[in-house]
Amino acid sequence: MATKNFDLRSYKGFRFLTILCLVILYAPLVIVTIYSFNDSKSITIWEGFSFRWYIDMFSGPESAKFKLAAWNSFVIAIAAATIATTIATLSATSLVRGGMFRTRTLSLGLISLPLMVPEIVTAVATLIFFNTIGFDRGLLTIVIAHIVFCIPFAYLPIAARMQGIEDSYEQAAQDLYASKFQTFTKILMPLMMPGIISGFLLAFIVSLDDFIITNFVKGAGVETLPTAIFGSVKQGIKPNIMAISTALLAVSVMFVTLSYFVSKSEQKD
Amino acid sequence: MAGANIKSGIATDTYAKERYWLLLPSWAVLLIFIVVPVAIMMVYSFLTKEFRGGVIWEFSMAAYDQFFFDRGLFGDEPAKIEWTYLNIYWRSIWQAGLATIFSLAIGFPTAYFIATRDAKVRPIWVFLITIPYWVNLLIRTVSMKFLLRDNGPLNSFLQMLEVIEEPLHIINTNLAVQLGLFYSYLPFMVLPIYAAIERYNFSLSEAAADLYASKWQTLRYVILPTVKPGVIAGCILVFVPSMGAFLAPDLLGGAKNFMIGSLIEEQFKGNAGNWPFGAAASMILLTMVLIILMVFSRQQSKAQEA
Amino acid sequence: MKTMLKSITAAVALSVAADAAMAQEEVVVYHWFEYLPQSLIDKFTAETGIKVTMDTYDSNEAMLANLKAGAMGTYDVAVPGDYMVDIMVGEGMLDTIAAGELSNMGNIEDKWVNVSFDDGRKHSIPYQWGSTSFAVNKDVHPGNVHNTDLLFNPPASLSGKINMLDSQGDVMALAALHMGIPQCSNDRAQLKALNAMLQGAKQHWASFNSDTTKDLLVSGDAAVSMIWNGYSAKARAEGANIEYAYPEQGFLVWMDNVVLLKDAPNRANALKFMDFLLVPENIAQVSNYAQYAAGVKNVGPLLGEELRTSPESNPRDGAPAAFVQACDAQTQVVYDQIWTNLKK
Repeated sequence: MATKNFDLRSYKGFRFLTILCLVILYAPLVIVTIYSFNDSKSITIWEGFSFRWYIDMFSGPESAKFKLAAWNSFVIAIAAATIATTIATLSATSLVRGGMFRTRTLSLGLISLPLMVPEIVTAVATLIFFNTIGFDRGLLTIVIAHIVFCIPFAYLPIAARMQGIEDSYEQAAQDLYASKFQTFTKILMPLMMPGIISGFLLAFIVSLDDFIITNFVKGAGVETLPTAIFGSVKQGIKPNIMAISTALLAVSVMFVTLSYFVSKSEQKD
Repeated sequence: MAGANIKSGIATDTYAKERYWLLLPSWAVLLIFIVVPVAIMMVYSFLTKEFRGGVIWEFSMAAYDQFFFDRGLFGDEPAKIEWTYLNIYWRSIWQAGLATIFSLAIGFPTAYFIATRDAKVRPIWVFLITIPYWVNLLIRTVSMKFLLRDNGPLNSFLQMLEVIEEPLHIINTNLAVQLGLFYSYLPFMVLPIYAAIERYNFSLSEAAADLYASKWQTLRYVILPTVKPGVIAGCILVFVPSMGAFLAPDLLGGAKNFMIGSLIEEQFKGNAGNWPFGAAASMILLTMVLIILMVFSRQQSKAQEA
Repeated sequence: MKTMLKSITAAVALSVAADAAMAQEEVVVYHWFEYLPQSLIDKFTAETGIKVTMDTYDSNEAMLANLKAGAMGTYDVAVPGDYMVDIMVGEGMLDTIAAGELSNMGNIEDKWVNVSFDDGRKHSIPYQWGSTSFAVNKDVHPGNVHNTDLLFNPPASLSGKINMLDSQGDVMALAALHMGIPQCSNDRAQLKALNAMLQGAKQHWASFNSDTTKDLLVSGDAAVSMIWNGYSAKARAEGANIEYAYPEQGFLVWMDNVVLLKDAPNRANALKFMDFLLVPENIAQVSNYAQYAAGVKNVGPLLGEELRTSPESNPRDGAPAAFVQACDAQTQVVYDQIWTNLKK
């Protein structure tokens, strides 16, 4: 039976195409990672293994610019992800624990709106908006714009987690005269934590990654890592960019892996 | 699209009384910072362009007129259809379409292969497909640019294998843009198809085999129709962002392969400085995307009813 | 989990505090890319304690567009080219430098004081001046390079290997020189001919790029590229076998100027920055770095041998030079249309 099943299910060439798919997805990243260890000023010729471009990242002529950009990216991502996660948690509580009501579907649509509108359109609309109300562009405008598109990314794992939690604990707590607020903070929140952390991490990476919207709403002299990298790449790919890219790549992979294991622990309990 | 994917699990009414207060922050943020801005953008598309950038608050159809009609060098000839921008939109649709087809050709078999693995190892495969999506899009595009250069690793590799003698000229061509888009959004194709195939009941395949259907016939007439919603979702998730992409055409395509994203960007950040026109071009793109999504969600709800 | 939340809160609080601590004296400069050496920025900060925050652009038009897009009031100084100073004065975007506000005003070379775009230097000081024309790869085209035909009517060997600057002002002005018609002409026949000529030339062009011209020439991806003279010298120094052209039809001269923007948030620091750039030793550093000429007295002896003798900084006799002109509104509409036609 098992062999028959296997035969029925498997198609010739699909395994090969899957391997090809992974090769395509990873080859560019692996190659850039390898070349970031190249001991050469030229990006074309391999001259042996070295950490010089990683040292350059901290002490080279462009290091001040990229350090500041990295700091900005970090501050923006922390702020945007924190606020977006808070908003998403409150919304999820309402939409998953608030019963059925008329504006529920509309609210779901509104939350997923940032995913539906093309990024470039959101960027243009946000720029025009800040310009019309006369709000000076700077760090704050970037944070606001990031909160908006982080909300749906934070919402998805949080809502998914909440849908998986039986409300018997909450009912029990309320039967024991716990207030609604206490039930929320002492029962629901701790149960929700894996979802909230997972949502926060996703929002954090999405904010760290964004280029198009940031490029439109950033103000004088405020660069994030992606905009600084883009500005540099416009004049040709340099070896220090490959080291910075590899470092950022490592951070992203680390966070996704973290988020993956947090949500795995969610499945276990 | 997320809305369609938010499944109803355990839903209770513990917080029914507070539900509007809990929703208030998200409504406020999203209304003020995305709904209102899009509305203002629509207003802008009907304003008058100032001589050197900026706008004058006077109603004008000039932006849409410039988009659709060609009135000659001095603006006094009888109006003809302006093909410039229609061509850019058409090229974007075409490029995004090809990228979608590439993704489907590789993504479907991949999704199928993963979905038929042992349940224990499936999450690892899915995770492997997801990782590249979370890596910065800019970095992935730059990596692609590095890989495809005339004397880049891909060409050196192929020359070393003696597959080619002269380096392939890929960078700054349409092909480079298609490859870039394909590469950017491939995970989007795999995931929804995977989710659909995972739910597929393989006893249907057995039934088909009992009726002497060949395996490929089973795939074509039994599996594919059943997982169609997943395939359509994947195609939309690749097609829509590809159409408005900016990085791939800008970094991989050179100036000759203008797409919608670059056209819009140029109105705000580049030489052109024509805000109403940029707003109008954005409105047209947004309308196209919303139509596609509406048709899709209609089909989805039809499929659910059936 | 509580610790997690706490540490997040702490991180946010910390970042806000750090931001406040970083609020030292600064000057916000909106500048061309690769045009101000880091060593000079460091020297300025060491001398004055003022931090330099810099944003870059790659064309005068892009700079203007961004400033009009709500960025006024966030930058202190910008570095527009000659005709753009004219335009910005007309738009009321520049602040006036009162007499005595710059102590090194007297250092400006006499010929750069009463200039057409800012008579008496009320809003600007010279930064660098140089020329715009094009460089040709000698391996691909060994013959005479001093003719604009190589851009607008190239031989088959160069067709498809030409990069143009992504700058409307420069391309249109050079095209006018090529045809021998006045810039910003509002004569219909001439404008039509200009459009037709550019449409014909366009099929020979591979790309429009300003920020990668040097890279394109060094890598050999372009055989001809419009380029600024100093950038061409840098490309040659990096190994490109190229010759910079001084065409018989004419080439463009330009002067970039540091201007004081209206509503500058750090006006006093901006003036210090401008004063700093009028010191011969300082501006000579820019010249040696960017390979252009300064507009300040007593800079000559401070320049490197390479810069003084390079073919890029010594125009060929008999090649006429012209500034780019700012067109009036009516002509500009047609110019915009021609430019749009080019980018189709």
